[in-house]
Amino acid sequence: MAMLEVKDMEVYYGMIQAIKGISFEVNEGEVIALIGANGAGKTTILHTVTGLLSPKRGTVLFEGKDITKIPAHKIVSLGMAHVPEGRRVFAELSVYENLKMGAYTRKDKAEIDATLAMVYERFPRLEERKNQLAGTLSGGEQQMLAMGRALMSHPKIILMDEPSMGLSPILVNQIFDIIEEVSKSGTTVLLVEQNAKKALSIADRAYVLETGTIVLDGDAKALMDDDSIKKAYLGE
Amino acid sequence: MKNPSGRTYAAEGNEKYTGWGNSMSFISYFINGISLGSVYAIIALGYTMVYGIAKMLNFAHGDVIMIGAYVVMASVSGAGLPPFAALLVSVVFCTVLGIVIESVAYRPLLNAASSLAVLITAIGVSYLLQNIALLIFGANTISFASIVPVPALALAGGALTVTGEAIVTIACCIVIMIGLTLFIRKSKAGQAMLAVSEDKGAAQLMGINVNGTIALTFAIGSALAAVAGVLLCSAYPTLTPYTGAMPGIKAFVAAVFGGIGSIPGALIGGILLGVIEIFGKAYISSQMADAIVFGVLIVILLVKPAGILGKNIQEKV
Repeated sequence: MAMLEVKDMEVYYGMIQAIKGISFEVNEGEVIALIGANGAGKTTILHTVTGLLSPKRGTVLFEGKDITKIPAHKIVSLGMAHVPEGRRVFAELSVYENLKMGAYTRKDKAEIDATLAMVYERFPRLEERKNQLAGTLSGGEQQMLAMGRALMSHPKIILMDEPSMGLSPILVNQIFDIIEEVSKSGTTVLLVEQNAKKALSIADRAYVLETGTIVLDGDAKALMDDDSIKKAYLGE
Repeated sequence: MKNPSGRTYAAEGNEKYTGWGNSMSFISYFINGISLGSVYAIIALGYTMVYGIAKMLNFAHGDVIMIGAYVVMASVSGAGLPPFAALLVSVVFCTVLGIVIESVAYRPLLNAASSLAVLITAIGVSYLLQNIALLIFGANTISFASIVPVPALALAGGALTVTGEAIVTIACCIVIMIGLTLFIRKSKAGQAMLAVSEDKGAAQLMGINVNGTIALTFAIGSALAAVAGVLLCSAYPTLTPYTGAMPGIKAFVAAVFGGIGSIPGALIGGILLGVIEIFGKAYISSQMADAIVFGVLIVILLVKPAGILGKNIQEKV
């Protein structure tokens, strides 16, 4: 059984159909990439999976449980964290307070502190700046904070939306190294990226999205060698 | 000190020493201004918190004050409750009222295509509350017996009198400001409020129940409105179904003044507004006082459109 399974999802913005009946699955331990151009519907899919949007048709199953109708704020405690596009850290809160927000649904203080120590270990920069307001961090630091905040919920699966957006090449490499580490530590990853090359390089499998439809899917390494993918997304 | 018409106003206290009397009355007006401003600040908190979190202007907020005052009056003179118990009844009543208004009238519209829908509904709720009060209590002005048990304080050998109402009002304002700031900075629910005010979507992703947080905000704002209503009617002891309307508008001005969405801004805006109003009444013209208040608002907004503590947050990409 797949950990996360999306079946025949259709999503509308008013009259406009953004997602035209897509299905995909993420198995435990995998890194899955959803790649595609701007406006293909990648963010819409993630928002629908975590309940920020509701689909017109289709179901979202998480660990076999239908979560399609579950409101967004109840999703995180099931073990699914979402790092939204554009980081969306709480600018007026300190780094530490942002991380605490990530553990909002957790009760056990000792466990939260243990996770916090783990996050600080993974992102030493966040510990250095823990009392600084999140709005004053650089773009790369904000991305780290958004990821750290998501990890604070101790998720089984983490959904990441365009983590490389607007970052310098060095930072992009750093962020992708961190995603690989997160994956190795046992968290399943669903990654949405415009940077197809980087995404395919760390993914196990990938789905290629075009205007609301999945046009291609398969093993990430195989997709990297696919001529149409090379031409359309890898710029070769 | 003369106003343009040449009238001298009567200084409180010793008239023999004109300079001394003038400075005493200046202090007395100043204290009255802070006291009135404290009421505005407490009301403005309701506006500013609701705006900060639900991004809506709750124009019915002023009328909750009036309802709160009627509940106190009915509990004291009708049910014979002691003042403090009456205040508690009023706070509970208004808290529930605030939650009901939010869930029945506003929540269905918060995601409506136009934010005007909820604004217009708020104006409708305002008239509804006024007319309900009119129906139950009639249009006559009722004299509201002050329920403040603190006696007036005579200072400077009787030259300066500070009323018990002023002392209690200022003290309430300080306690409420400190309490609310601590609640927001230290409690989990307070942090959730900050998160919701910044980004509802991201807050939901943290597991925060946005609707619950908005309801809590209305509850707190309405509870404070009840307190403000009692303080206002104890200082200015009359009550009609329209008692809340003008202070409500002025507190809204105070909130904009200080920077809407900002809690310290509500305090600063409220106090400034109260002091300007009382000084305007005392030294310029009591008829013109409201015009002066709104004139100052216009000037401040021309110079600093976001209000005194308002800020335009720059987003980082």
